[in-house]
Formats: sequence, C-alpha cells, structure tokens
Amino acid sequence: MLVYSLRRLFQAIPVIILIMIGTFLLLKLAPGDTVDALVGDMGGADAAFIERLRAEYGLDKSVWVQLWRYMAKLAVFDLGQSFVYELPVATVLMDRLGTTLLLMVTSLSIAFSIGIALGAFAARRAYSLTDNVISTLGLVFYATPSFFLSLMMMLLFSVKLGWLPVGGIKTIAGFYTGWDHFWDVARHLVMPTAALSLIYLSFYLRLMRSSVIQVTDQDFVRTARAKGAGELRLMTHHIMRNALLPAVTLFGMQFSTLLGGSVVVETIFTLPGLGQLAYQSVIQRDMNTLMGIIFLCSIIVILVNFLTDLLYARLDSRIELS
Amino acid sequence: MTNKLISFGAACLAATTALVPIETAAQDVQRGGTVVIHVSSEQRTLNPALRASTGVYYMSGKIIEPLIDISYEGYVPVLATEWSGSDDGLTVTLKLREGVSWHDGEAFNCDDVAFSAMEMWKELLNYSSALQANLESVDCTDDHTAVFNYSQPMPLDLFVAAMPDLGHPIPKHLYEGTDYLSNEFNTAPVGTGPFRFVEYERGQYIIAERNEDYWRDGFPYLDRIVWRFIRDKSAAAAALEAGEIHESGFNGISMADIVRMSEDDRFDVGNHGYENNVAHSTVEFNHRNPILADVRVRQAIYHGLDIDYAIDTIMRGFAVPGVGPIPTAGAANYTNDVPMYDYDVELARTLLDEAGYPVGDDGFRFKLRHRPAPWGEYTQLWGEYFAQAMKEIGIGVEILTNDAPGFLNGVYRDHDFDTANGWHQFRSDPAVSTMVWLRSGQPEGTPWTNQFGWQSDEMDQMIDEAASELDPKTRAGMYHTIQRKVMEEAPVFFAIEHPFISVTSTKLMNHHNTPRWNSSSWYDLWINE
Repeated sequence: MLVYSLRRLFQAIPVIILIMIGTFLLLKLAPGDTVDALVGDMGGADAAFIERLRAEYGLDKSVWVQLWRYMAKLAVFDLGQSFVYELPVATVLMDRLGTTLLLMVTSLSIAFSIGIALGAFAARRAYSLTDNVISTLGLVFYATPSFFLSLMMMLLFSVKLGWLPVGGIKTIAGFYTGWDHFWDVARHLVMPTAALSLIYLSFYLRLMRSSVIQVTDQDFVRTARAKGAGELRLMTHHIMRNALLPAVTLFGMQFSTLLGGSVVVETIFTLPGLGQLAYQSVIQRDMNTLMGIIFLCSIIVILVNFLTDLLYARLDSRIELS
Repeated sequence: MTNKLISFGAACLAATTALVPIETAAQDVQRGGTVVIHVSSEQRTLNPALRASTGVYYMSGKIIEPLIDISYEGYVPVLATEWSGSDDGLTVTLKLREGVSWHDGEAFNCDDVAFSAMEMWKELLNYSSALQANLESVDCTDDHTAVFNYSQPMPLDLFVAAMPDLGHPIPKHLYEGTDYLSNEFNTAPVGTGPFRFVEYERGQYIIAERNEDYWRDGFPYLDRIVWRFIRDKSAAAAALEAGEIHESGFNGISMADIVRMSEDDRFDVGNHGYENNVAHSTVEFNHRNPILADVRVRQAIYHGLDIDYAIDTIMRGFAVPGVGPIPTAGAANYTNDVPMYDYDVELARTLLDEAGYPVGDDGFRFKLRHRPAPWGEYTQLWGEYFAQAMKEIGIGVEILTNDAPGFLNGVYRDHDFDTANGWHQFRSDPAVSTMVWLRSGQPEGTPWTNQFGWQSDEMDQMIDEAASELDPKTRAGMYHTIQRKVMEEAPVFFAIEHPFISVTSTKLMNHHNTPRWNSSSWYDLWINE
C-alpha cells in the first residue's frame, strides 16, 4: 500500500510538469499579454510606459526564458505574483479555494448519494411507471446545460418567488455571525449547488440503474437468493457493492469536469471561487494566477483519482494495489 | 452648454423611453439605507488620479472628489471654489475649499493638489498627460491657493472642462515616497467625499459608508453604498428584478432586458444623466492600405452604411447619428453644420467604380480584414452590420474575432487590420479626447490614439492651434472647422453618438440629476422606501 502510494506520487510529478509546460505554451499562443489587458483597462497608455511594465513583469523576454523562469520557481512551490491582484498567487488561490471546495464537495456529495439511491431504486422497479418517471427526469437534467438551469432557477426562485438570493456567497453588508452566517451562506449555495449537481446526479442515476439491472442478473446474486439471503442483504452486500464500481470510477473522472463546470456556475452566481477567478484571469491575461489554478486543480484531480483507486480496491477485493 | 445638454437628452428621450430624474422637496427626504449598484467588470485601481475611466469614477467618485464638477447648470465648485486664468494663458489659479479633511483626518490643502498634478495628472494619468504636458509647476501661494504654471497658453475653458474627469486630488501624505502604481490606497481609496471606503472583496463587492465629517452640512443621506460585481448580464437583470440591486448603469445588462424593463413600472430606464459621457461608435481605417487611403473609397463606405438602421436595431433607438469627432456634449465646440453621408447604395457603388475598383469575377471589388472591438454588445453587432452592409456595395469583409488584448495588439500595435470598429468616449473637451484619434505623431503603439497611419499637416496644425487658443469663441470656430474637415475626409467615422443607458429602481430619489451622474458623488441620493 505504502509502496503503491509512493509510486503513484512519483508518477504524478512528470504528469504535472507536462501539464504546466503545455498550459504555459498554450496560453502564450493567445494574442496579447497581461500588459495589453492592463492598458486596455487603463483606457490607454504611452508606448514607453507599456514597455516599462512589460520589463517589470519579465514579459519582454523570450517565451522559453519565461517558461524556464516559471518552472524554476514552481520547483520550489513559488507560484509567483498575480499581475492583477498584486499579491502572491498562493494567497489569492487559498482565498478562493474554500468556496470552490465547498461548492464541489456539496454538489458531488448530493449528486453521488441521491444519484446512486435513485438509480438503485429505479433499477429495482425496472420498466415500471416509477422507473420511467425517474429515468425521464434524469434524461432531462442530463440534457440541460448548467448555465440554462442556473438562469431558470434564478428566474423562478429569486425573481418570481423571492425565496433565494440571486448570487454571491453571503448577504453583503449583512454582517451576520455564528449560525446566522451559516444559514446565510447555505441559502446562497442552494441554487449554485443544484445547478452544478443535477447534471452529475443524472449521470449517477443512469449509470447506477443500468449497473444494478446488470448485476441483478448475475449468477452470484441468484445463488445468494437461493441460499436464502433477504432482499435487503442481497442489495447491500451483493448487488450494490458490485454495481458501485463503475460509479466510483466515474466519481474520480467527474471531479475534473466538475472543476470546469464550476467556472460557469461561479461566474453566473458571482461566487468568489477558483472558477470565477479562472474566468477573470483569462480575460485579464493574469498568466501567473491562471497557471496557479491549473497547478492546484491538477494536484486535486490527481489526488482524487488516487483516492478513487484506493476506494476501488477496498470495494473489490479482487483488485490488488501493486 | 446647458441648453445643448438638455436638448440632447430631450431628443434621445423623445425617441426612446423616458427616464425622469425625480427631485423632491427637502422635507420629504428619508435618511439612511443602503444602495446596491451593479458593476459588470472589476477595476484594477480605484485611484482616479491614475486612471481616467468612468468605470473607476462609478465607485471612486463617491469617495474621492474632483476640484470642479459639472451640473445641468454648468460647472460647479467642489474642492476648488473659484478659478481664473491669466490674460496670457500661462497661469490658472484655483482657490481651494477650506475646512475639508481627508477621510483619515488629515487636512486637505494645496500641497495635495500640487502633488497630484505634478506626479500623477501630468505623468501617469491617461488623457491628462497630454492636457498637462506643458504644466511646469504648481505653486502654493498659501494653503488654499494653487497656481498652475504653463509653458504654453492653457485655455481656461479647456482646463475647467477637463477637471471633472481629470482633476481628482489624492492625499499627498499617503502617496509621497511610495510606488504610485502599487500603492495600497489605490484599491482602498482615501478621499474627501461623502462616503468613505470600508471594504473591497475582489470579485464580490465594494462597500463605502457615510462620511460623518463631510464638508457639505447634512449630507449624505445614505448610510452606505454597495457595488456588486456581477459579470453575467442575465444574472444582473435577475438581481434588479428581484430587488437586490437598485441600479445598473453603463449598459450593464443586455439591450433586450433594457427594452423589456423599460416597460416595468418599478424601473426608470434611459440615458439621462450621461450627457457628459457620450461615446461614438466608430469605424477606423488602416490608411497604410492604399485602397483605404483613397478618400473616395472611405466616402463610398460611409454612403453604404445605413446609420438609422443600425441605431434602430443595434442601439434600439438609444442613439443619434454622429456628426464628426465632437458630440453634442461638446457644447459650443459642437456643430452639426457639416457634410453628411446619406445612405445611398447606388452612390456608394458609383464612387467605388470611379475610384477604380469595379466588381470582380468573384462578386467583390476588394476584400477587407475587419476587427470588431470586444467592448460589449454594441461593438460586436456594429462590426457584423458593417460586414453585412459592405457586401451590398461589393466589398468582402472577413471578421477577425478577438478579445481585448488581441484587439489592442492587432489594431494599435501591429496594425494587422484593414478596418476596425469600436467606440470612443468623449471627455468634455475635444483637446483631451477625440483629437488624439486624428492628430498624427502619437507615440507608437499607444492604444486609442491615431495609430491608423492617417497624416494631415493641415489637420495637425488646426488641432494644435485650437488646443492653445484662449478665446472660447474663436476656439469653438476652430473646432467647427475641424469637424467639417473630418466629415469631408472621413479618416475615421464617428458614425453613431450614443450615451450609456441605466436601469434604476424608482425607489431611488435624486438619481441621474447631473450630466455625469454615475461618476458624481451622490451626496444627495436617497431611498424612498
């Protein structure tokens, strides 16, 4: 187990290096740099000032020199300075990480648990009216883009009914503390979480439904039933444990796509997370911040995939971590 | 000037939905409350002495005041109480308001003005560095008298017209000896205004609260202003409708939502209060291209554009045809006695034939690479319309889509374009705004200046003479001549003049009551709950 973990860790290093080099070069392909974005924001500046800024940020050097300098700093975990925030990138990222993790963990937990439960429930009543209703709803959520869902929920729950706030992570100038603050944040998270989780919920629902139906037909289930196992035990000990394997795999894979989805949802709901920061960094060509986000997300995705593999082995004793 | 501004507002309002600023008697005023304002994009600095932008004044204007502001009745004293110019135009003397304190308690005085003028307005502030290029020194004859000394005559009317945007003093004691561009107070501004800065949460909001020691007795009425950053226009419209936001200015929501909400009794929708912030939708030419260097081609292109159609469909009627580089807000310097280009496809085709560009076998006379500026809804659609209209007269247009850095590089630095379109905001006086689009010799690569390769000795001379002419009447006549010349030569099309549009909750009182209201201090704004 320890050897396996260490090996995975060392395997991750070249992956991250390749990701960072590839991202750096891709970003450099886009026309313009942070100084152009800054000057655009400023409403103009003379050419000498522009050159001075470019030299100050090291953008007057060749791409390869810039890449070398960046990677050398990254080797000692120095993510550099944000051109926009004029703060260390690590500080900017840590400031935003909490919101994104809160959003993602909540969304994924809801999507995974409810999706699995509904999928299994539908599978046990396969081809019935209940199954058809659940499957159709799953298909609708699967086909609805999160930006559309976000705006429609906003229209219904904020504009028409006035139940939920339109955006933000808390009531500005509300000055809530303690439990009031907790409930205030929770209210603000309802719609973003729903917008982000419903599409993934439908993934799990559909996957779990087909997986349970498939496993139920297996010989070992028939044998267990013949040996007198009750339906509950059959479900929890025999069917679910085997049917869960593809869902766990999907969980690891979806973590990265969820990060992508958070860009849209955080931007629409004005949540101060990594997704919104990524969007702004692209617009403002804040190269260091964008690279920092990619770096952090790469680590998170690799870590989650590693944990998924550990969980996989735990669920299926035939799998050895070697 | 007042008449001009009001008539412009009236003309626009007659054609569109009315926004009526609500004035009420003093005894009706309700004190307190928090006003929440939608802001669609964040600013890197909130220091108006470093960056001249309505996007900055939208927030900083409530915290940092200018020396002089503008009202519908004319220029009004703020931190300067009196102003005068010498007969030779080489000095401008300002009497400064006494008994004013910065929000940190330090007294405001002439040293702050001299420091701001010499260190920032002259050296670093966009537009202002051209205005103050001949400023040699600022003498403080006493704590509240500032004398600006120029090496070349400075017209007093130009100086005064520039001050609302380009005359914000900042506290010397917080900036002296620091790196001005990275000074912490650039994003935590300290001013003398009716509201003091409280908090800036990046990507989320800015909060300012009432300045209890404000120099106008009894003001402000509000307890607090919150600016909420919402980039998504649909989400911002939803926040307005849900009552979470009181105002979205500067076309912060989509035109479709603006039109829809103009029929909603809960909102005032219109362009009143923006008369001093009008902009032109432009078409720029790369004169290095010999085809476009031919004035007949440019005139043909102008005739090929149906400006009224563009105003109706793109701007939904919230605009008027442009008549050159000086808009109606240019007051005495403005004239509409200029040659105009009626929409006439046949005439456009004839002009192109005469210029030696007949229709080829492929159906086109020539092809252009066009860059539309990514400055929001108007410019993208205006670019698409340009391409569509050119096809009618046999000119093929390939649209090069780009984001802001790509556009700035492509047009202003690399000149990698044939035509481009964007918008340009007028700033009180032509000498500090649109003339930089026409005067040659601009520093290479400087955005929003004449990097178009257009050069006219006659025009350069006229621009220089007008900038230093002391007699306002003579000066106005010179700008009329320039305006006519620009319309004849059409080096750049200042094709459509449009102020911005606000959607404002009817709960707000005294809103949009000055010609640059969103940039002003809002000391008299209140909420009628």
